[in-house]
Amino acid sequence: MTSTTGVIAMTAKELTQIILTKEKIFILDVRNESDFNDWRIEGENTETINIPYFQLLDGVESIMEKVPVGRTLLVVCAKEGSSKYVAEQMLDAGISQVYYLQGGMKSWNEYLQPVKIGDLKQGGAIYQFVRLGKGCLSYMIMSEGEAAVIDALRMTEIFVQFAEESGVQIKHVLDTHLHADHISGGRKLAEETRATYWLPPKDADEVVFPYAKLEEGNNITIGSTAIYMEPIYSPGHTKGSTSFIVDKQYLLTGDILFIESIGRPDLAGKADDWVGDLRTSLYHRYKQLAQDLIVLPAHFGKITELGEGGKVMAQLSELYRNNAGLNIDSEEIFRIAVSENLPSQPHAYQEIRRMNMGKITTSKEEQRDMEMGPNRCAVHDN
Amino acid sequence: MKATITVDTKGMSCPLPIVKAKKAIDQLEVGQIMEVLSTDKGSVNDFQAWVKQTKQELVRYEEDQGVHIFYVRKV
Repeated sequence: MTSTTGVIAMTAKELTQIILTKEKIFILDVRNESDFNDWRIEGENTETINIPYFQLLDGVESIMEKVPVGRTLLVVCAKEGSSKYVAEQMLDAGISQVYYLQGGMKSWNEYLQPVKIGDLKQGGAIYQFVRLGKGCLSYMIMSEGEAAVIDALRMTEIFVQFAEESGVQIKHVLDTHLHADHISGGRKLAEETRATYWLPPKDADEVVFPYAKLEEGNNITIGSTAIYMEPIYSPGHTKGSTSFIVDKQYLLTGDILFIESIGRPDLAGKADDWVGDLRTSLYHRYKQLAQDLIVLPAHFGKITELGEGGKVMAQLSELYRNNAGLNIDSEEIFRIAVSENLPSQPHAYQEIRRMNMGKITTSKEEQRDMEMGPNRCAVHDN
Repeated sequence: MKATITVDTKGMSCPLPIVKAKKAIDQLEVGQIMEVLSTDKGSVNDFQAWVKQTKQELVRYEEDQGVHIFYVRKV
């Protein structure tokens, strides 16, 4: 029997705090090399090495010198078992405190951290839910006891609980587009809370469930003081992609515009058709909007896109200055940039799209497997 | 395919399938074959990477109703 004294479970929530506060941590990732290369835990002050657990079956002595002294040591694997196994050996080899990631990369992939973005003019607030392990962002807008959730992820209990704790009732659930990189929690959340589920009709040709049509001009009101959400038709990532202006302060861009990159037009199979739409949305539609709007995207690709406290946000004018994807003068070069040399497509994206159309149902375990890996919705991610 | 030893890890999750397989293959003579049965889908890639890294030979791999079967020849 190996003693487990001193081997300590670290939750995904605790790890999120460490990364958001930029604390130093040393991660020993014991998954196989291809899984590690595909997707790993990243932070500004994380140092990571990858040594598969099956190379450590004869002992961990060979790697002891690679572990820095006096730094929090966290062992990570896919689910948890192998990281515990390695952590115990490291403890036996003389390291006094070793953490393992509880639930492994599966838990990491699923954890959401709510971060307050700001207050609304008439009272109320807007929150961003940061899924560090997948690079997804969801939003909750609340005012006068009512709330709307945008681009909800499949871990719907987190939104339900957060609404309860905040004393608000979810009235509207909206998806900016039909997602291809992650399973939408929108329909499930709407059913659970009896809210209205909104989808852009141009993305919903094939969906097999009822939904409310998200169309420009159909403003949605939250709370009695009327926090308006104005849908703006902004195709390019998908045919129906729709942005929102909330409270005349925030621009929720979905997967059209990110902080350091722009959306890719190929995930629904129509890159050539949609390049022009993407160009028009980014170079014309958004240019006509108030430039002091705060852009809130549905993803981040790099850890450097996280600001203070984990907030992912920037002023539209700043993005027009600094985002490379908004600064390509030639339409031809733009076309090449967004249709060639794209990163590989997200894991299981075709199944995920079918799932989001309601065409297939899967178990929770299958959903987890479908969502493993990074999101890869942006052009410049790799 | 005739195996000298069968390691049944059905129902076990990582790291156990590979821990058991390693112990078994250490007992074999060069040229003998080990059969490993596993129901842990997550460790299929790990198993193949482990065989490669230890320079053994993966003779055959098949899946039958959720059971992954590996035949490894000791080199």
